[in-house]
Amino acid sequence: MVTCKQFLKDLNDYLDPNVDPVIKVHLEKHVTECPNCFVIVDTTRRTLQVYRGLEPKEIPDDVKARLWKALERKMAAER
Amino acid sequence: MTPTSPSVAIPDPNDEGTLVAQAQAGDSAAFAELVNRYQRKIYRLAKHITQNDEDAEDVLQDAFLKAYEHLKGFHGQSKFYTWIVRIAVNESLMKLRKRKGDRFVSLDEPIDTGEEEVKREVAVWEGNPEQQYSQEELQGILNEAVETLKPDFRTVFTLRDIEELSTEETAQTLGISVPAVKSRLLRARLELREKLTRKFKRKGDDAFGYL
Repeated sequence: MVTCKQFLKDLNDYLDPNVDPVIKVHLEKHVTECPNCFVIVDTTRRTLQVYRGLEPKEIPDDVKARLWKALERKMAAER
Repeated sequence: MTPTSPSVAIPDPNDEGTLVAQAQAGDSAAFAELVNRYQRKIYRLAKHITQNDEDAEDVLQDAFLKAYEHLKGFHGQSKFYTWIVRIAVNESLMKLRKRKGDRFVSLDEPIDTGEEEVKREVAVWEGNPEQQYSQEELQGILNEAVETLKPDFRTVFTLRDIEELSTEETAQTLGISVPAVKSRLLRARLELREKLTRKFKRKGDDAFGYL
């Protein structure tokens, strides 16, 4: 019998697609029986989803220009 | 493979390994392509860890300058991207230590991931934040949430869940153990879940919509 506390400790395993299926089934049982943990799993999944779905923003032009200037200087010096 | 397929693979000019080999042979345009490919990610990573625009810019420059300088020493045991991430993380952590002085918590220090320390907001989210907010608004909300995490947690979260390094790669990059990565990641994920749920939760009596 998995308690909520144990389940949350193993939440990363539960969310890991490569986890041992035996562990997964064991944890799954708790999620189907515990509405709170079900919501926590769902909202954690969605948290990871929004972060992973975010494209990196464009670098400000002045920052980018200074980066290229520094690189050009370096490349010229090494030539 | 169809019978007509060539048996020898033609190298893809855009392949990371090909670009690295060309850059190592002195082709500046190939190195520039690698910079173009990863500069936005490296800048984001540096911003997340240092939480400072000036430091992030320094890290961005120093990481690519160092990569260029040491390119010949890169033997392709790892991907170029993992290598440049490692350089950028080291530079970022140095900046952070400098800025925070002695208050910086060592990445080796054990932390308590005791469940009672993370408060629980149990409520479902209202629709899809990706559809409800503009990309820029969402970026602002997500960055603000990461900013509130302690440096140890946000560094691990950034590497694992934003830059999508494996647990082992994250441990190697930070010079900490795999269990330490796992416990920090759990804590970071739960804290962020908590913060985002407060922002995105369904309001009113129907907050437990699944039940």
